[in-house]
Amino acid sequence: MKRYSAFAIAKEALNNHQGWKRAWAKAQPKRKYDVIVVGAGGHGLATAYYLGKNFGIRNVAILEKGWLGGGNTGRNTTIIRSNYLQDPSAAIYEKARSLYETMSQDLNYNVMFSPRGVMMLAQTEHEVRGYKRTAAANAFQGVETEFIGPARVKELCPIMNIEGPRYPVLGALWQPRGGTARHDAVAWGYARACSAMGMDIIQKCEVTGVRSEGGRVVGVDTTKGAIDCDKLAMVVAGHCSHLAEMAGFRLPVESVALQALVSEPIKPCMDVVVMANTVHGYMSQSDKGEMVIGGGTDAFNNYTQRGSFHHIEETVRALVETFPMISRLKMLRQWGGIVDVTGDRSPILSKTPIEGIFVNCGWGTGGFKAIPGSGWGMAELIAKGHSPLTDEFGLNRFTEGRFIDESVAAGVAH
Amino acid sequence: MSTRLATQGRLINRDKRLEFTFNGKRLQGYEGDTLAAALLANDQMLVGRSFKYHRPRGILASGSEEPNALVNLGEGARLEPNQRATTTELFHGLTATSQNHFPSLEFDIGEINNSLARFLPAGFYYKTFIHPRFAWKHVFEPFIRQSAGLGKAPKEADADRYEHFYAFVDVLVIGGGVAGLQAARAAGEAGARVLLIEQEPHWGGRAPVDGAVIEGKPAEDWVKDTLQALEAMENVTLRNRMMGAGVYDHGYALGYERVADHIPGSDLPRHRLWRIRAKQIVTATGAIERPLSFAGNDIPGVMLATAVRDYVVNYGVSPGDRTVVVTNNDDAYRTALCLKRAGLDVPMIVDVRPLVTSPLATEALQAGIRVETGKGIAKVKGRKRVTGVALCLQAGEGSVIEEVKCDAVAMSGGFSPVVHLWSHCGGKLIWDEANAHFRPDPARAPTGAQGEAFVVTAGMASGAMTTGEVLADADAAGKAAARAAGFTPRRFAAPKAAEEPSEPMAPVWMMPQGASYDLRMKMWLDFQNDVKVSDVQLAAREGYESVEHTKRYTTLGMATDQGKLSNINGLAVLADALGEDIPQVGTTTFRPPYTPISMGAIAGEARGEIFQPLRRTPIHGWHEAHGAHWEPVGHWRRPYAYPKAGETVEEAVHREVLNTRRRVGLLDASTLGKIVVKGPDAGRFLDMLYTNMMSTLKVGRCRYGLMCNENGFLSDDGVVARIDEDTWLCHTTSGGADRIHQWMEEWLQTEWWDWKVYVANLTEQYAQIAVVGPDARHVLERLGGMDVSKETLPFMGWQEGKLGGFDARVFRISFSGELSYEIAVPASQGLAFWEALMEVGEAYGMQPYGTEALHIMRAEKGFIMIGDETDGTVIPQDLGLHWAISKKKEDYLGKRAQARSFMDNPDRWQLVGLETLDGSVLPDGCYAIGEGTNANGQAEMFGRVTSTYYSPTLGRGIAMGLVHNGPQRMGEVIRFGTPDKSFVEARIVDPVFYDKEGEKQNV
Ligand SMILES: Cc1cc2nc3c(=O)[nH]c(=O)nc-3n(C[C@H](O)[C@H](O)[C@H](O)COP(=O)(O)OP(=O)(O)OC[C@H]3O[C@@H](n4cnc5c(N)ncnc54)[C@H](O)[C@@H]3O)c2cc1C
Repeated sequence: MKRYSAFAIAKEALNNHQGWKRAWAKAQPKRKYDVIVVGAGGHGLATAYYLGKNFGIRNVAILEKGWLGGGNTGRNTTIIRSNYLQDPSAAIYEKARSLYETMSQDLNYNVMFSPRGVMMLAQTEHEVRGYKRTAAANAFQGVETEFIGPARVKELCPIMNIEGPRYPVLGALWQPRGGTARHDAVAWGYARACSAMGMDIIQKCEVTGVRSEGGRVVGVDTTKGAIDCDKLAMVVAGHCSHLAEMAGFRLPVESVALQALVSEPIKPCMDVVVMANTVHGYMSQSDKGEMVIGGGTDAFNNYTQRGSFHHIEETVRALVETFPMISRLKMLRQWGGIVDVTGDRSPILSKTPIEGIFVNCGWGTGGFKAIPGSGWGMAELIAKGHSPLTDEFGLNRFTEGRFIDESVAAGVAH
Repeated sequence: MSTRLATQGRLINRDKRLEFTFNGKRLQGYEGDTLAAALLANDQMLVGRSFKYHRPRGILASGSEEPNALVNLGEGARLEPNQRATTTELFHGLTATSQNHFPSLEFDIGEINNSLARFLPAGFYYKTFIHPRFAWKHVFEPFIRQSAGLGKAPKEADADRYEHFYAFVDVLVIGGGVAGLQAARAAGEAGARVLLIEQEPHWGGRAPVDGAVIEGKPAEDWVKDTLQALEAMENVTLRNRMMGAGVYDHGYALGYERVADHIPGSDLPRHRLWRIRAKQIVTATGAIERPLSFAGNDIPGVMLATAVRDYVVNYGVSPGDRTVVVTNNDDAYRTALCLKRAGLDVPMIVDVRPLVTSPLATEALQAGIRVETGKGIAKVKGRKRVTGVALCLQAGEGSVIEEVKCDAVAMSGGFSPVVHLWSHCGGKLIWDEANAHFRPDPARAPTGAQGEAFVVTAGMASGAMTTGEVLADADAAGKAAARAAGFTPRRFAAPKAAEEPSEPMAPVWMMPQGASYDLRMKMWLDFQNDVKVSDVQLAAREGYESVEHTKRYTTLGMATDQGKLSNINGLAVLADALGEDIPQVGTTTFRPPYTPISMGAIAGEARGEIFQPLRRTPIHGWHEAHGAHWEPVGHWRRPYAYPKAGETVEEAVHREVLNTRRRVGLLDASTLGKIVVKGPDAGRFLDMLYTNMMSTLKVGRCRYGLMCNENGFLSDDGVVARIDEDTWLCHTTSGGADRIHQWMEEWLQTEWWDWKVYVANLTEQYAQIAVVGPDARHVLERLGGMDVSKETLPFMGWQEGKLGGFDARVFRISFSGELSYEIAVPASQGLAFWEALMEVGEAYGMQPYGTEALHIMRAEKGFIMIGDETDGTVIPQDLGLHWAISKKKEDYLGKRAQARSFMDNPDRWQLVGLETLDGSVLPDGCYAIGEGTNANGQAEMFGRVTSTYYSPTLGRGIAMGLVHNGPQRMGEVIRFGTPDKSFVEARIVDPVFYDKEGEKQNV
């Protein structure tokens, strides 16, 4: 792998940039792999990467039905934070956040992780209590977070109207080392690193069937033929129920459309990420200058990657109220992604009824931030059979009633 | 130079001069001008700087596809960044400034990026700024952020208002060119309700500019006549200045009407967002001309050929004195002829096609224009303005044959139908080899609920290229839409147009064909985002070969023009680099909106006070007049406390608690959910909903009940009263009323649809007032009219009758532990009843109390509060509420879930009372911290505080909490961690702090 640096660019510039190599190799499926990962989203790629990096398992294929990073990984609003309430969540999200800190260096690919700080506004007494509770829990979970008052909110984000007549800002849960990263770069950076380790990333290769013998997985059928494997990781977000069905089991997951939009780019005016859950909207400004805005999920299940427009309306209304200056900006683009939502709003990282098959799904509306931590834990689970990061997120929690509910402290899970 | 001509200008009114400023310069234009036209008339070709390299940029187009001419429009509370000069109507007093430069438009330091362009190819930022780690956040990123972004960030709140409209039509026609007009007419004549919308202020689109002849008359006249005919039809509505912004499932479409952009300060709303339901949608959105890719195609003075024509014909403005026309098709000859007719110089038409014999070419030659076929432009000369072009062979590598002096270049690379609206909701495209464009595939239209197509295209949007074809197609589309909407089209024939014979176009994606790298890195595809041919080729080389990868890696098509000019050209370059066919590579997804729409319009009227509905109890005004300190509870406002002059809120709360405990208090409990459940199966239904038995409740009695969700978690609680044999009244929490109502409906509609039960949410039909405290009974007796004695109305009973002349239903229930009556009266009598109570209560020292006093009193009494003691993870058993769970019932919602191993297990966090050792108040939400850590290195936690207050009654802090095996640990002292990681010790005690025997409420 040719290293990226300013020096390399300068050298290439003199060569009219003719010398750059492919970021990841074009691969055709081999007959058999030790591990097949289905889904080249962030979670699939990170799983493969840590399988290679932490456990030396490199005979790995990553199969992607479309183009890598084209699922939710390439559609999300890239908020990264780890101030979750429940222990297992705080552990995996904080592991992920800390890996984001060094990801650009680890992958030699600038993923533009920008710890600009994330604040979640408290606009009701109930939220104030909820966020104080989270701050109290985080203090003992190793997550750096803080409950701040309205004056500090205004200081950190001057464009905010904290005295709105309907829901004045009463404070916020503030994570100074939360932030954003460039979503495509995360997928591309992992893909490049996986490819450099000799793994095969096979795009336009849809898995159409899962083969098992005697309760053990033996391979998959794909649009590029049958491929054998010892272990299979299903990491396909909104389509996980389909994959599970192919393997003959069911998942407690619903797939719904979640939408986002961006404004036209303007000069920098907002240096933090703000989430306003009472009024329901969140916003940050990208490096390009676009205001990046996230909306709500549809109330019905579907796979169309379009959402209902009224959610956009609700979100924009909430944000115009919170940031009156955006009223004269224009919405440039809106889109949707299919998110996989579980009953307790926490992911599933688990073994399955079929030996050798593992699932990583259920990240719902908030899994971008978890990508490196999830990959790390998932790789350990696949390689060693368990991982402290994933143990609590097993499928058995639904049959035992051991939920990890993150919606509890007034929080949503973006 | 560009200037105003003495003639032409069909859209301007030369009698009406308008003054405006650009970068502080005072300029003049005419009524009817666009800002772009007026700028050109004042020789202001340079209007902005590009995003990445800060290249000087001029006006390129005449419509919404314009990538360069973006300005900051207006100031202060009316500042709008990134406004397109080509779609901005000029008005008197308009102020505009150019964007993205420092210190000035003419001299921009950022232009240094241009000299470094070689070092800043597509995606360079992914490959650098990696070390040192902190530098991204603190050095590189701030620098990039500062030089990126386009317009100024507004600082003030918007001075304008916006509104939403709704429309329901049979046929929505989007686009008011000749195709849209004809389609609307055909559909209108069939009797369909038609809404025809056009984004521009004028009707007719391109045809009048192009000099088309329809039904033997100039297009201009045909447009006028057709408009008249449409206006005369009652079933047809016409709206201009209204863009079709998006098409969504089931015939839902968005219209974006710019009502008052051109008359700022009027009392009209600035924009309207129309939400339209249409049975059928006709998109007659025309086509957009493509630029050609030659070196220097972004230098100010290089324009689209149709745009040049638009400026001359529509506004009487010539973009240049000497214009070289470069083309791969016949249409650009019209521009050359139009310039010539206006008395301007056209030194040359450069045509890539080897041989051109069409009538238009002949006409050009006859007009004395030199036509060079088989040629291309090697390079445009000039920096801030075109000074000339270098001619080369299209088939060659760019060696210069000749240099031609000129100050403008009109280019045409062919036309792409506007397929956006067709594609938004899933319409598919096919590649048209002859015209080298994607056009809608009628066989794969967006489909509605029954699988029927609900969008048809008309005219150039379908790929029709001559006026005759356009009209025939549009007529058919209008009729087809009407038919699909259930109407019978009339048999009128489509209007005929004069023949427009032409030579086939020749696709050209790079000029010249064998251009060197140095030329390719000066060929702009995406003008705003500075994406060049060399960038797309680099992306392909590096493996970003999916069209979506290329787009994202290079940012092609992601600018505010959404790639209207760049998409197809970029795609073609990518296909070429990959050695694939264009249709094989495919397009990126088209997403709404068609052109950007204001956030204000999306948000609509709901601002400030009316941002969300504010629900007021009938007594709201009284609270306000008596100094209530409000607390938002859902959409309600409830008084938190009523501080008196000189009193803090906290002091007020304490006073209210003590006064209620010692004498008597009054609470507005109207927000409490009140749902009537009625029918022969109502008892059975409630038995399923509540954990306890409701069917056995006696008429006249009340029972406290719990509701769980399917997962067994406690979701709501409240008192249920049985009204008669088949009627129950369920009280829910204030926040839960709507949710529980929906919950009931969901079960009745989806699972137990055959049960005979009706539910109605009566929350707002009644005012409910709690009279609480030792003197409560005296107050009611004073009011008179009803026997409220212990014997007639015992604890947990209710009765109906007249109280002080009011129709009242009186419940003997208590959430404070005191003697307490909750009295429901019709909402309309609520305020009068409250005032009557206040009057008779005065003698007993009665005072109103708010929600905080309510909370404190319930905590003193050890009553749980949904949302405090519960959070969606707590089951009734955790709260010691076993007594409220029926053992006799076969089933209730949540029962099965509660039988799961982790829940059916006493080894859980359970409800206890907590007292600090020193009487202080435990901090909110803190956790009980044990010794040691878990596998992930987190401190071990075994409990948490759920409610914590200072109890004025006891004069010390009290708290409730959930602690691991808490009830077995009475008396144990445990430590709670605070967010600053210090610890507070507390003793586990009984959660009932006040009147453990319950004597007071039962007197
Ligand atoms: C609008 C929106 C906003 C969001 N905002 C945030 C945010 O701010 N912060 C945050 O943390 N998270 C956010 N999320 C959530 C986040 O995007 C996802 O949780 C995360 O990206 C999921 O990554 P993934 O790798 O699991 O899934 P994906 O990226 O969706 O990858 C799954 C891949 O599997 C492939 N696949 C599916 N079926 C098959 C098959 N049969 N064969 C082969 N391949 C298949 C798909 O093509 C896809 O590429 C948001 C999501 C959306 C939609």
